[in-house]
Amino acid sequence: MLAMFFWAFVIGGLICVIGQLLFDVAKLTPGHTLSLLVVIGAVLAGFGLYEPLINFAGAGASIPITSFGNSLVNGALQDANNHGLIGVLTGMFQVTSSGVSAAIIFGFIGALVFKPKG
Amino acid sequence: MAGKKNTTPEQQQYQQLQQKHEKKRPVLKNCIKAFFIGGLICTIGQAISYFYIYFFNFTEQSVGNPTVATMVFLSMLLTGFGVYDRLGQFAGAGSAVPVTGFGNAVISAAIEHRTEGFVLGVGGNMFKLAGSVLLFGVFAAFVVALIKTLLGIWGGI
Repeated sequence: MLAMFFWAFVIGGLICVIGQLLFDVAKLTPGHTLSLLVVIGAVLAGFGLYEPLINFAGAGASIPITSFGNSLVNGALQDANNHGLIGVLTGMFQVTSSGVSAAIIFGFIGALVFKPKG
Repeated sequence: MAGKKNTTPEQQQYQQLQQKHEKKRPVLKNCIKAFFIGGLICTIGQAISYFYIYFFNFTEQSVGNPTVATMVFLSMLLTGFGVYDRLGQFAGAGSAVPVTGFGNAVISAAIEHRTEGFVLGVGGNMFKLAGSVLLFGVFAAFVVALIKTLLGIWGGI
């Protein structure tokens, strides 16, 4: 269990360093960087390389935004296995529904409760 | 920004001067900060994962979903109290790359635009920053899943 915390810290930190290098060295905006990382996550999932990373590092791989691309692909592939080609559309958000719905719901609650600063 | 082609010699001279005096970004320092804050956020995520595994019967495979939702909830609180933006200035990608950064992008846009009303302001601007992540994530996932499914149908891989 302690090893899992350690690897979550290291792998999660390393993925953030990749993001920081894209900021500083490649001079990408945050929007471009995050979009690129999501696409990288989706491509890695296509080759079946992201799930092993999650098994190895737990939240270190499932908390960075790359896992969003991975879960989208996994959801689409799961449904495609069961229902054929249309499953790519129907399954897309099956695994990763909580991230998007939580962002919408808590975003709205946040806008109701908090006042803009400055 | 003006392209290199359409600049006069004076402008080019000025750009060179500007480049000479531009502060070099402290890349190494930024990376170390990003590593520690990003790692810390993922460690907190790991703790939340164990919480759900032990008390709510999630498995290691299915625990990602509730963990992400909880992290987005925490990011709402931190964004609302103005803590997350200060953290972002310090940690750079360390706070932007984890899913809390995605939550922060949605929530700060929602809070910022509430003065314009809830329908046009909050509703219309909520995904102003995070929309590109959704778009390219979904489209990339669509292409990848489509290719893999078609290969499976035609090639039996």
